[in-house]
Amino acid sequence: MPERRTTGVVARLAMSLLLVTITVGCASSQAATGNTVTFYIFNEPGGSFQRAADTCTQAAQGRYHIQLALLPSGADGQRQQLVRRLAAHDPSIDIMGMDVVWAPEFAEAGWIRAVPDDIKVQVTRDGTLPAALKTATWKKTLYALPYNTNTQLLWYRKDLVAAPPATWDQMISEAVALRQQGKPGLIEVEGAQYEGLTVWFNSLVASTGGRILDDDGNVAVDGTSRQAADIIRRLATSPAADPSLSNTMEDQARLAFESGKAAFELNYPFVYPSAQKDVPALARVMAWAPWPAVNPNTPSHVTIGGINLGVSSYSRHPDIAFQAAACLRDADNQKYAAIKGGLPPTIASLYRDPALRQSYPFADAILQSLRDASTRPLTPAYTNVSLEIQSALSPPSHIDPPKVPSRLDTTLRDAIASRGLVP
Amino acid sequence: MAAGTDVLSPPAPARRRRPKATRRRRDERRLAFLLCAPAVVVMLAVTAYPILYAVWLSLRRADLRFPTQSVFVGLTNYTTVLRSGLWWQAVANTLIITVVSVAIELVFGMVIALVMHRALVGRAAVRTAVLIPYGIITVVAAFSWRFAWTPSLGYLPRWLHLNGDPLTAHASSLAIIILAEVWKTTPFMSLLLLAGLALVSNELLEAARVDGAGAWQRFTHVIVPVMKPAILVAVLFRIMDAFRIFDNIFILTQGSNSTQSVSILGYDQLFVGLNLGIGSPVSLLIFVIIAIIGFGFIKGFGAAAPGMDTGR
Repeated sequence: MPERRTTGVVARLAMSLLLVTITVGCASSQAATGNTVTFYIFNEPGGSFQRAADTCTQAAQGRYHIQLALLPSGADGQRQQLVRRLAAHDPSIDIMGMDVVWAPEFAEAGWIRAVPDDIKVQVTRDGTLPAALKTATWKKTLYALPYNTNTQLLWYRKDLVAAPPATWDQMISEAVALRQQGKPGLIEVEGAQYEGLTVWFNSLVASTGGRILDDDGNVAVDGTSRQAADIIRRLATSPAADPSLSNTMEDQARLAFESGKAAFELNYPFVYPSAQKDVPALARVMAWAPWPAVNPNTPSHVTIGGINLGVSSYSRHPDIAFQAAACLRDADNQKYAAIKGGLPPTIASLYRDPALRQSYPFADAILQSLRDASTRPLTPAYTNVSLEIQSALSPPSHIDPPKVPSRLDTTLRDAIASRGLVP
Repeated sequence: MAAGTDVLSPPAPARRRRPKATRRRRDERRLAFLLCAPAVVVMLAVTAYPILYAVWLSLRRADLRFPTQSVFVGLTNYTTVLRSGLWWQAVANTLIITVVSVAIELVFGMVIALVMHRALVGRAAVRTAVLIPYGIITVVAAFSWRFAWTPSLGYLPRWLHLNGDPLTAHASSLAIIILAEVWKTTPFMSLLLLAGLALVSNELLEAARVDGAGAWQRFTHVIVPVMKPAILVAVLFRIMDAFRIFDNIFILTQGSNSTQSVSILGYDQLFVGLNLGIGSPVSLLIFVIIAIIGFGFIKGFGAAAPGMDTGR
């Protein structure tokens, strides 16, 4: 008998749980209709996304209500969740924070809407950086609103080197010389088999004057790929390479530089506030310079990063979603995200703002780098392209530079047609 | 099932021959089918339908990013996969990981099972301690291994005086993946084997001892033959599990340096490449291989599948 009583209790408990779930489910789906606009983006610990959502909701005076929904912290995880739901025509997504490389893929698959003309005029008139706009454009149509951007700088120890090296050759030989003197001389750069390796290669190819795909998305690999691969290999096989190079991502590079064993680091600006917090003594001798060039007389073209805001094709109210997205990325919200979240703005004039310059002492270097920036290959099959590049360059110390152009030519042709397996 | 039968039919042997009892049996059988039906329907919906859908997808060009290009392509996707060096590399990796890790686990698992079986004091404490690695979430354990093996963060490269990062080379990465697998699943193996050890009666061992069998002979000629069903089930479970290895590799190397297993390869095609047409044949080929392993074990070695009665 006691057993039966327990079963009854369990059954009742389960039943009530089920009811609660159903009621909660109804409640949330009710909230999602009406004028609520959901905004899917990763968590920015500084709270700038939530603040932007709140201020825009207030300013809208009841026209819409922005609800923040958090995605995973890694770009791959974000994309996987979004594409899975978009492919299933999920109507609960309105605005998406999209990595700069996703627009062609999402647009070609029909998952995002073209930006309406009135919003497009606003964005193009407010001085948004051309490179950022380019990443949001596919087949001459603007599909997303540039939100924030990012670019790498060269970070170096001014107690070890008098002046920053202008080229990769200089940097490698200076680093090797430091190592030979028994000083910290490593170069920290992202060499793991992941997106960061594609970024490094793309910056080198662009700085050499070449490109990987042309404007129509066709393979345009030439001798510049060999030069780029040669630089990566030369660094990887020199004493200036970190032993963990082929496992180094942005954060490992930051930690290694903070540990004091490196003289140079190629990384995004988040490393500067981080060093100030973690190792103040080292931060005092930490300086920045433009990303090294390949040829002494031509500036480098560093790969642009960042987030664009897109509106889902399956959104129930695209009009207010675009209005909300335009508000989320306005100058005030971009400035706040830049200062609190460390996300550089896409509106060029903000780089002259005194408050922003206070937390971005390197604002001019970033703006210059962004003006000269290169984009990663714009193609719907970007993921395949990037994976093939990473695979061809891994591990960096085993690259055979003369073979890189022909290998990439073959594998990238398959990649842009999504033929074969992705590595 | 057993409990249900008891409640429904307490048939006395004497009544069984009567026609009335036969009819009752038929009714019971019908009731049994009716009671099973919901479960069968659910199983068909959640397993048969996805498998058949995967078969259909595997015969098409089905890339989520190019929805307009979806066409029937016959067996092209299968030939693409089977001709790909990536697939065979993944199969080789998976086989190496499976064979090596299961072999090591079997030996260690047997040793630990014997220790647990013989432990006179603190039996519960020993068993709990042995189970700890199995209780730790694989992803958490894999992260610990990754950090432990990363120079400058972890202690292992320093202790072993390694130059460079072992997780950046093919062979050492595979070795670390196998180590992580063995560390994690040996407790599972030893528990299954411990259950088998309970089948070995003390009289049998005593008799063997009286006949002059040494410890090793008692092990090979008495313990192992009696335990054979348990050993085969344990090995079969672990092979099927190890062949689908995913989480350890996903955390340790993400499949870089050619360390993909077949599951990682399938995941990459489906979730990263969004190419359902190429990912489905990979999943189906994994399914077929696992099925062959399972059938091979049951037919070849007479291992008991779960649910089969071997006791009789």
